[in-house]
Amino acid sequence: MKRRKPRDLVLFLLTWVCVGVTALVLLTVVGYILFNGVPYIRPSLFAWEYTAQNKSLMPALVGTLMIVGLALALAVPLGVFSAIYLVEYARRGSRFVKVVRLTTETLAGIPSIVYGLFGFIFFGVFLGWGLSLMSGSFTVSIMILPLIMRTTEESLKSVPDTYREGSFGLGAGRLRTVARIVLPAAIPGILAGIILATGRIVGETAAIIFTLGNVARMPNHLFDTGRTLSAHMYALANEGTHAGEAHATAAVLLLVVIILNAVSSKIARIIKAN
Amino acid sequence: MNKFILEGVNLWYGDFQALKGIDMEIPANKITAFIGPSGCGKSTLIKSLNRMNDLIEGCKVSGNILLDGESINGDTDVNALRKRVGMVFQKPNPFPMSVFDNIAYGPRTHGVKSKLALGEIVERSLRDAAIWDEVKDRLKKSALGLSGGQQQRLCIARALSVQPDVLLMDEPTSALDPISTAKIEELVITLKKHYTIVIVTHNMQQATRISNRTGFFLLGELVEFGKTNKLFSLPKDKRTEDYITGRFG
Ligand SMILES: Nc1ncnc2c1ncn2[C@@H]1O[C@H](COP(=O)(O)OP(=O)(O)OP(=O)(O)O)[C@@H](O)[C@H]1O
Ligand SMILES: [Mg+2]
Repeated sequence: MKRRKPRDLVLFLLTWVCVGVTALVLLTVVGYILFNGVPYIRPSLFAWEYTAQNKSLMPALVGTLMIVGLALALAVPLGVFSAIYLVEYARRGSRFVKVVRLTTETLAGIPSIVYGLFGFIFFGVFLGWGLSLMSGSFTVSIMILPLIMRTTEESLKSVPDTYREGSFGLGAGRLRTVARIVLPAAIPGILAGIILATGRIVGETAAIIFTLGNVARMPNHLFDTGRTLSAHMYALANEGTHAGEAHATAAVLLLVVIILNAVSSKIARIIKAN
Repeated sequence: MNKFILEGVNLWYGDFQALKGIDMEIPANKITAFIGPSGCGKSTLIKSLNRMNDLIEGCKVSGNILLDGESINGDTDVNALRKRVGMVFQKPNPFPMSVFDNIAYGPRTHGVKSKLALGEIVERSLRDAAIWDEVKDRLKKSALGLSGGQQQRLCIARALSVQPDVLLMDEPTSALDPISTAKIEELVITLKKHYTIVIVTHNMQQATRISNRTGFFLLGELVEFGKTNKLFSLPKDKRTEDYITGRFG
């Protein structure tokens, strides 16, 4: 055995303890949720209609998927194209770029309840969309826009300039250079941003309850109200009589997040392979 | 025959003047070398020849640069210009894609679609860059897996793929080992039959080994320009003599 110097040993123990504590905390949380939740996962929990007896999470699951899908469909193109403009087209250090950056940074720091209030007043009341999938998804899409923009900007900036030079040097224009060389190289970073954004949407309650509402009903159309899994859990926990179902919902939520992440990284790999 | 004629070319990066009144005639189908100490403007000048400087903010050029007698300033189609005047960079910069796609990128950019034609262009370019035998079995594999020297020859092949007239090379061997360097030098000499080559080098032996003309630059000025063997054996300017004998630089 190699002998360690005392300083090395201390550092080694310190890092080891930190890793241990982190892993322990994570395992405890997951274990706690599974232990308390899994026994309550029964077929009736997935019934299409929610009733006071079955406490079905199906409407909330559908609501979550709808909100995630709609919000990403709105925010991803907008955020990605804005970032492309800022990094590839705008003059570096121009005043306009500075203003846009400052705005996105400020937006990123605002608590979600403020987005909720804004969404309620603007989409719900002013545009008359009420508590609905539309109000909810527009609101959370604004909420995740700064995140998508920032991560896309960072991953575009991390593409070496030598790639761009190589492409321009062959007589390719800017559009082709961005579409064929820069964007493909930046895709993994962009997808990481989208995964983070998905996590934020799935975990959101405040903004959702303000704009989508928190009604356990299967939404029938885009202007219908509904709830998401997080909001559903909040409601169940508030009622106080169905802690088991709340934990079961948490377990399902965990699974949903894992599946969404797996799907995104699968997509990333497929895109990279082509 | 002159490929390029430069008349009083000045270039500024913001307030800093990087090139001062460059007059120069670059002959066709010859190898012209640019030498000089670091920061004297060699890269700046070579990049002006295919307007890669356009990408740098705050860069202004005055004077005239003629390619085959026609000015490349102002509203010239820069993409068409860069197709005619290809470039190889100091650090090999293959794209993160397969060997085949790296070479096919240029022709595809300029509208070649048929698989057959692309296949032919890829093989011809790789053969011309003396790297076909080393990569013919791995055309579908990522170009980033090649060695540095192979990557640089791949980049030369990539530049050749769009059938340019001129090849600009900015210190193409400075990141390579001596064997790879020798291979590239040999390649450059064979390429001069069909292409006009301008090469920047810090290595004066390299300039004497491969070039026909040499220009010596100092602080943004072209101090001396002439036949390589003359410039190295009988420099007219004291500063050139000091530089090539290693008294400064
Ligand atoms: N993008 C830029 N912005 C401002 N100044 C620049 C820029 N690029 C180069 N310069 C300056 O212009 C001068 C010439 O630079 P250049 O890169 O042409 O030198 P070089 O002869 O190629 O040097 P080296 O042998 O080190 O590559 C240097 O003083 C450099 O600092
Ligand atoms: Mg240089």
